[in-house]
Amino acid sequence: MTLKIKGSGLKKVAGLAGPFIGLLLVISIFSLMPEVSDRFLNLANIKSVATQSVIVALCALGMTLIIVSGGIDLSAASNLALSCVLVAYAINLGLPPLLAALVGVAAGGTVGFLNGFLITRLKLVPFIVTLGMMGIARGLAKWVARNQKIDAPLSWLNELMVRTPKPSWLLVSPGIWIMIILSLVMAVLLRKTVFGRHSFAVGSNELTARLCGVRTDRIKVIVYTISGLLCGLAGVMEFSRLTVGDPTVAMGLELDIIAAVVIGGGSLSGGEGSILGTLVGVFIMAFLRNGCTMMGWPNYFQEIIIGAIIIAAVTLDRLRHRQE
Amino acid sequence: MERLESTATSPDTTRPDKPLLNLTEISKSFGHNPVLEAVDFDLQAGEVHALLGENGAGKSTLIKILSGAYKPDSGRMFISGIEYRPTGPLDGRRQGIAVIYQELNLAPHLTVEENIMLGQEESRFGLVDRKKNREKIKKVLEFLCHPEISPDIPVRKLTVGARQVVEIARALVSRARILVMDEPTSSLSQEDTRRLFEIIRKLRAEGTGIIYVSHFLEEVLEIADRFTVLRDGRVAGRGLIRETSVEELIRLMIGRRISELFPRLPHQPGEIILSCSGLQSVRMNRPVNLELRRGEILGVAGLVGAGRTEFLRALFGLDKLEKGLAVMDGRKFRPSCPAVSIGRGLGMLSEDRQVEGLAVRMNLVDNLTLSRLKPYVSSGFLSGRRQRAAASDWMRRLGIRARTPEQKLWTLSGGNQQKVALARLLHQEAEVFLLDEPTRGIDVMSKAQIYELMGRLAADHKAVIFVSSYLPELLGVADRIAVFHRGQLVEVRPASDWTEAELMKAAVTGKESEAVATGE
Repeated sequence: MTLKIKGSGLKKVAGLAGPFIGLLLVISIFSLMPEVSDRFLNLANIKSVATQSVIVALCALGMTLIIVSGGIDLSAASNLALSCVLVAYAINLGLPPLLAALVGVAAGGTVGFLNGFLITRLKLVPFIVTLGMMGIARGLAKWVARNQKIDAPLSWLNELMVRTPKPSWLLVSPGIWIMIILSLVMAVLLRKTVFGRHSFAVGSNELTARLCGVRTDRIKVIVYTISGLLCGLAGVMEFSRLTVGDPTVAMGLELDIIAAVVIGGGSLSGGEGSILGTLVGVFIMAFLRNGCTMMGWPNYFQEIIIGAIIIAAVTLDRLRHRQE
Repeated sequence: MERLESTATSPDTTRPDKPLLNLTEISKSFGHNPVLEAVDFDLQAGEVHALLGENGAGKSTLIKILSGAYKPDSGRMFISGIEYRPTGPLDGRRQGIAVIYQELNLAPHLTVEENIMLGQEESRFGLVDRKKNREKIKKVLEFLCHPEISPDIPVRKLTVGARQVVEIARALVSRARILVMDEPTSSLSQEDTRRLFEIIRKLRAEGTGIIYVSHFLEEVLEIADRFTVLRDGRVAGRGLIRETSVEELIRLMIGRRISELFPRLPHQPGEIILSCSGLQSVRMNRPVNLELRRGEILGVAGLVGAGRTEFLRALFGLDKLEKGLAVMDGRKFRPSCPAVSIGRGLGMLSEDRQVEGLAVRMNLVDNLTLSRLKPYVSSGFLSGRRQRAAASDWMRRLGIRARTPEQKLWTLSGGNQQKVALARLLHQEAEVFLLDEPTRGIDVMSKAQIYELMGRLAADHKAVIFVSSYLPELLGVADRIAVFHRGQLVEVRPASDWTEAELMKAAVTGKESEAVATGE
């Protein structure tokens, strides 16, 4: 009995092996490059890659939940931009930074809730609803910002993403800690709660989930709302990093977010995905970008490599499934 | 002996003295698991050869090898004496073998014409020659006695029976000489089945060889000329249909004689557990009034589309309710969604196991426990370990054959899948079991186990509503039988007051509807 349980645990680890091997491969390739080897694998650089990953990672946590439940969210990056602008706007209105940050997170949650509400009430496919919301949120962000960047006075909010944190015992920026803590929370939510099980069930087969008494519409609304909140938080982080509210920030980032989930083993047909896998996916892309930049390789080169990796990752995943 | 000669024959001569199809010593294993062992099979032109066996006996694998979808590990195949080595399903089709699968393979959005001609369009200079296509289709549909099917309607608007005709038409247009039909009648009404048999007889007269796979043994006796029974991947018996009986076929399939096909456990109907008054969903055209007692198995008969499934779905809250109420254990409730009904002690088995009943991409544990996760939650956290232990326990109790509880459901056989679906209802501790076609497409042994389970539930003072298109099992298992006709509950009588012929008559004609009409 115990042996069998161990076996299944091993299988789970094996399922994640693909993305992990990919990450190790990326890291070792750049570490072996004589031009950058000394700079690539040192603590300062790893910290900087991790900090750069925070924003994508926060959104990807929510996207994992959505993709597991069989949906997709194309409005994630626009949502982030709207939140980023609103934070700056709120600070300029004289709100304290904490309240401004809450405004950003709440705005994200509202957009997410609307996504879920429209998907379940209008019975439209998530792709369409979130495609529309992508335009609406981006447009709102530009409207609020009058189509330009909103400058805001510096506050402690802008310390969230610094490389050397203020109380030095934090070791890494508060943003990274937030990312780590929320990853743990999301992993537990997905794996260890009834809500998580229900999300997987809805993604794997919605009809069956309904037959089993899962309130599928409610699950979906919650899923999109949680994801929206995380995008809102990512918007706060973006504001922290930029120190301005920029309505054009993170253009096209939703595809990077989706790519991270897919590289990490998420299936666009729903019912599969894991937080750990998604994080590995985020870091594969972040280290690649970082390494390519260090090597002085042009931008288009990175794009080609990441494109190839997405296809390779999904292919490997399919092969693994066929073996099962 | 044919093997030596066949290599010498030239590919375009057909030899009338050779069987249309001949398979010799076909073997196939998946991993270390032998599925077929040295199976011989032959088919003459103009005969219907029934291929029988329990689920997991190897029928599907044999069909897939024949179609070209699988390659055999060893053994050889000959069509009219010429060796047949398909490189894939497409090649198999080109060489004259058409398989009509249980779940029909049509593109729902394309029209009848487009579906029939798909991949075999008549064309001139790359443009589709519609006139020529039309003529062909018209001829084929007339031959199949279904000239009323318009080539222009999208297939999704057709009934299941008509879709099957379209599938057969497609096979005929491709000039298939060998037609494999996998459970063709499992979702057909009696009337459509009769028409299908006419078509089969017509094809047989034209010299087509038909391999007929079915669990409905009475039908097999009616339509087939010869039979081959597979058991555990080997040929368990073969012979002429007119010299055999249902009992013999069952004995060959399961390997021992079962004295009692419908095991009855003593049970006594008690107080009323569930009643519904004026219950009507948006998909029903008449309200239904019905009472169900503890310790009772209520059978529901009727043609496909007569409203039986719609009634169960309304009662379980799966379809939007228009009006009416249900009373469970004396407490009124509105079945507005499955979560509500489950809370009241109802459990439902869907007729469509693959699409709705089970999440086939999820594992056994999740499928079994999804409808009641509460026992495994402590302070908000789910215990996967206890969930798994419970699943193993149910696997053992119902004899579900699987390697581990983590096994994905699609890897199990139909019978085992159905047991998982039933185990879920038991696990959720339902009091009223709504079972929609619980024995469809599963093997004889699993069927008998499900009948026994229903009896055990009734003996335990639970109640069962058992919808089935197979009248003998309704008569054999149910205490009372209700008949639906055209969306209306026509009549309810004790099972002992029904005969098969009367049930059929009520289902087909809906007579008595004035007299007993549900007391509106």
